[in-house]
Amino acid sequence: MGVNRREFLKLAGCSALFGLGGASAFEILRPGALDASAEAPHHGEAAAPAPQGKQLGMVVDVRKCMAQKDGCTACIQACHVTHNVPSIPNLKEEVKWIWKTPYEQAFPEQYHEFVDDQLKAGQFPILCNHCADPPCVRVCPTKATFKRPEDGIVMMDMHRCIGCRFCMAGCPYGARSFNWRDPRTYFVGKEDQMNKDYPTRTMGVVEKCTFCPERLAKGQLPACVEACQKLGEKGNALVFGDLNDPDSEIRQVLRTNKTLRRKAELGTKPSVFFIV
Amino acid sequence: MYDEKFIIPGLVIFVGIFTFPLWVQMGKAAPVPEPKIDTPVIQAMAEKKCVQSKLYMRTDHMQMLNDWRDEVVREAKRQFVSPEGKEYDKSLQLTCMNCHSNKKDFCDKCHNYAGVAPYCWDCHIQPQEPQAPKETM
Repeated sequence: MGVNRREFLKLAGCSALFGLGGASAFEILRPGALDASAEAPHHGEAAAPAPQGKQLGMVVDVRKCMAQKDGCTACIQACHVTHNVPSIPNLKEEVKWIWKTPYEQAFPEQYHEFVDDQLKAGQFPILCNHCADPPCVRVCPTKATFKRPEDGIVMMDMHRCIGCRFCMAGCPYGARSFNWRDPRTYFVGKEDQMNKDYPTRTMGVVEKCTFCPERLAKGQLPACVEACQKLGEKGNALVFGDLNDPDSEIRQVLRTNKTLRRKAELGTKPSVFFIV
Repeated sequence: MYDEKFIIPGLVIFVGIFTFPLWVQMGKAAPVPEPKIDTPVIQAMAEKKCVQSKLYMRTDHMQMLNDWRDEVVREAKRQFVSPEGKEYDKSLQLTCMNCHSNKKDFCDKCHNYAGVAPYCWDCHIQPQEPQAPKETM
């Protein structure tokens, strides 16, 4: 039964040889199979010749927003009502899809102490940039957030989100909000204010602007854009369309106006542009 | 046998306690649930047909809802064509619950019987059942 010393040494020697030789055998037969991937998944995109498919985007004409002295919040109202986004008194737990922020925070690299007073005091409506190279998508471990190939929307799959908040750390724009509590608790007693055609979220998932794919599928514009257009002459601050279509209205606006993007130097290729 | 006057009663007591859940529930099987489909929308239908056959829905609705959700969110395929060729929006909240607006008498009946607690309605808003709260309280 027992293994004598001679047999044990033979066995141990053979195992050591196999162990040392195994890795090199892998290298010879299947080169690179054992290496961890060091390449970012979208690495090749920058060198791609021409953009494929659609890339939906938006232009925000902040001049029109600021012309409204009353601090117009029509787009925010419309979005948050449509998507059952609760208003949470504790700012640390705030959930927001589209919101207002001062110039200094919207464009930190553009800001300086001599900036025009009107800009300094202005409030900029900002939202998810639906980047062409979104860092949130790259860091998501479950692919709960992903870039839709058909229209470039950075989408959330709430069923798959595990609430790890990597995407919130990855997003340089703070466009993502975490549900620290069940959002329905903020609708208790206000059930009639809920949009019965759209779900709420649940505790422990991350949410953000989705450019309203459920409305786009019906041929409607995103809720914020529609609300802005409803304001008529003084509205129309939001232009929505396909950035990859040279004849689209949004491309026309981009051609005829000088626009800014938020933190474009980070290379995320944001799809939301601002006319200031 | 030594100490049989302790061992035998002890065994009897042990078997009695061990099988307690069995004999205390004897003859009290929960009645087989009968989900109701008498909602106003279904009553108004000329032909009372779901998106798939009743048998398929009974056994596979959970799988179908999973597939719908992935197809809608991830592949943007929002239309479902039934075997009869009728088109439906793939939506629990807007399509399923539009007809089956009686969650308490339809969904919950079988889910409670089978002891499953799906989390659909943590997010998806269920239709309001005006008479329901009084019934359960």
